[in-house]
Amino acid sequence: MGEAIVVTSGKGGVGKTTTSANLGTALALMGKKVCMVDTDIGLRNLDVVMGLENRIIYDLVDVVEGRCRLPQALIKDKRFDELYLLPAAQTKDKNAVSPESVRTIILELKKDFDYVVIDCPAGIEQGFRNAVAGADKAIVVTTPENAAVRDADRIIGLLEKERQIESPKLIINRIRPNMVKSGDMLAIDDICQVLAIDLVGIVPDDEYVIKAANSGEPTVMNPNSRAAIAYRNIARRILGDTVPLISLNEKPGVMTKVKKFFGIG
Amino acid sequence: MNKPMKGKPRKDPAAAAPGTVGKRAVTIKGVKDGLVFQFDDTCRYTELVEELRHKLGKTHDQILSGPPIHVQVKLGSRRLNESEKEEILEIIASRENLLVQSMETDPEVPGPTDPLKELKIIKGVIRSGQTVEHDGHLMLLGDVNPGGTVLAAGDIYIMGSLRGMAHAGYLGDRNAIIAASHLGPTQLRIAGIISRPPDEWGMEREKDSFMEFACIREEVMVIDKINQLQRLRPNAQNMLLDGE
Repeated sequence: MGEAIVVTSGKGGVGKTTTSANLGTALALMGKKVCMVDTDIGLRNLDVVMGLENRIIYDLVDVVEGRCRLPQALIKDKRFDELYLLPAAQTKDKNAVSPESVRTIILELKKDFDYVVIDCPAGIEQGFRNAVAGADKAIVVTTPENAAVRDADRIIGLLEKERQIESPKLIINRIRPNMVKSGDMLAIDDICQVLAIDLVGIVPDDEYVIKAANSGEPTVMNPNSRAAIAYRNIARRILGDTVPLISLNEKPGVMTKVKKFFGIG
Repeated sequence: MNKPMKGKPRKDPAAAAPGTVGKRAVTIKGVKDGLVFQFDDTCRYTELVEELRHKLGKTHDQILSGPPIHVQVKLGSRRLNESEKEEILEIIASRENLLVQSMETDPEVPGPTDPLKELKIIKGVIRSGQTVEHDGHLMLLGDVNPGGTVLAAGDIYIMGSLRGMAHAGYLGDRNAIIAASHLGPTQLRIAGIISRPPDEWGMEREKDSFMEFACIREEVMVIDKINQLQRLRPNAQNMLLDGE
């Protein structure tokens, strides 16, 4: 029996889909059997980021409404044998499926896969409830901005009400080391202090992420990207390894500071 | 060291004592089977008697003369002793056509106006969008994050960071206080007074953080160190113990 991890954030545009795609790919890189599920019905993106858009035949809503069997809707990734995607429908909206039906599908997938990565839509409405229904674990993505942290806090509050989900973990995305250093960006410590949940990784802002998303190639495939290293580290931590947080700066001063922080957190 | 907080204190309309200006002590209403004498329960007893005499003798003379009428006396929440009750009855009986049928007092409400009763202790983080409400004193072992709300009819004690909104004495108790290990709220409210902290609060204060509390002093919300609470409320600890 595998594990279902929902990637959520509350606020839009902080990198849920990018994180889902990279996390799923990184886990597959490490030899795990992974299925990614896009629950953003009506605004599906995960297939685009993964470069699998043109292979979609059936989607999540087709499975729910019985137009196809679950294995028929799964798209095999072109790079890995054991990485699959269950795409969302683009023509319907979030009310087309219910939390119960999503839970049934996730349960089914967990039988065949080591990890099921669920990409959650922005917001706290029906789409959010659908996405978290079948999850065992949750990853909350935020960026070092007040609005994103505020929304993450709201989402954590809602996730804590979902009894079946373990205490959520935090990813701080799109950190700009120079801005943090000059004090113009929220510091990692401050965000962790407010949100009071475990940090599972920090991802530096990297232009390659945009390039990769546009070319349909997950960032983690490029080992020269700093964001790719960060995502690989996150995947390793999910598998249970102890990996120090990626250093945001080459200078040793900051590195020791970050390491020190990781020792605490 | 009292730092008056920015923003003008706003008066809560509900907190203004009713019955002071312009309100009548005695209201006479006609009902199906007679008259109802509604007595205001916030004015002084002597005022009440005076106005009753005045109304019966002079202003309402015309309306009240005629055939016998049944009268119900409603005292509101005012408690009267026997001799006072007799005096009222006598005054009404001075008009011969008025027959007092009943004299009623509202049943006593133990009400949330007495917040001494209960101290509730809760644990956890009050996150954005979450609200905790209690009609007594409230102690929180944890933080209140921005967007989170804590409401209490009595005092609020936060063993952690207050970054959200706290409203102490929300039913009108102006003696309520808000105390927090780290006081960095988006807004503070005590009874009807709303205040927001000046901008210099926050990061700088966090470094040498000491426990503080907010209270109302002369209509203005002030912040003080927790060790000054003893002066303001010598019996604060006793109240806490009572709640246990």
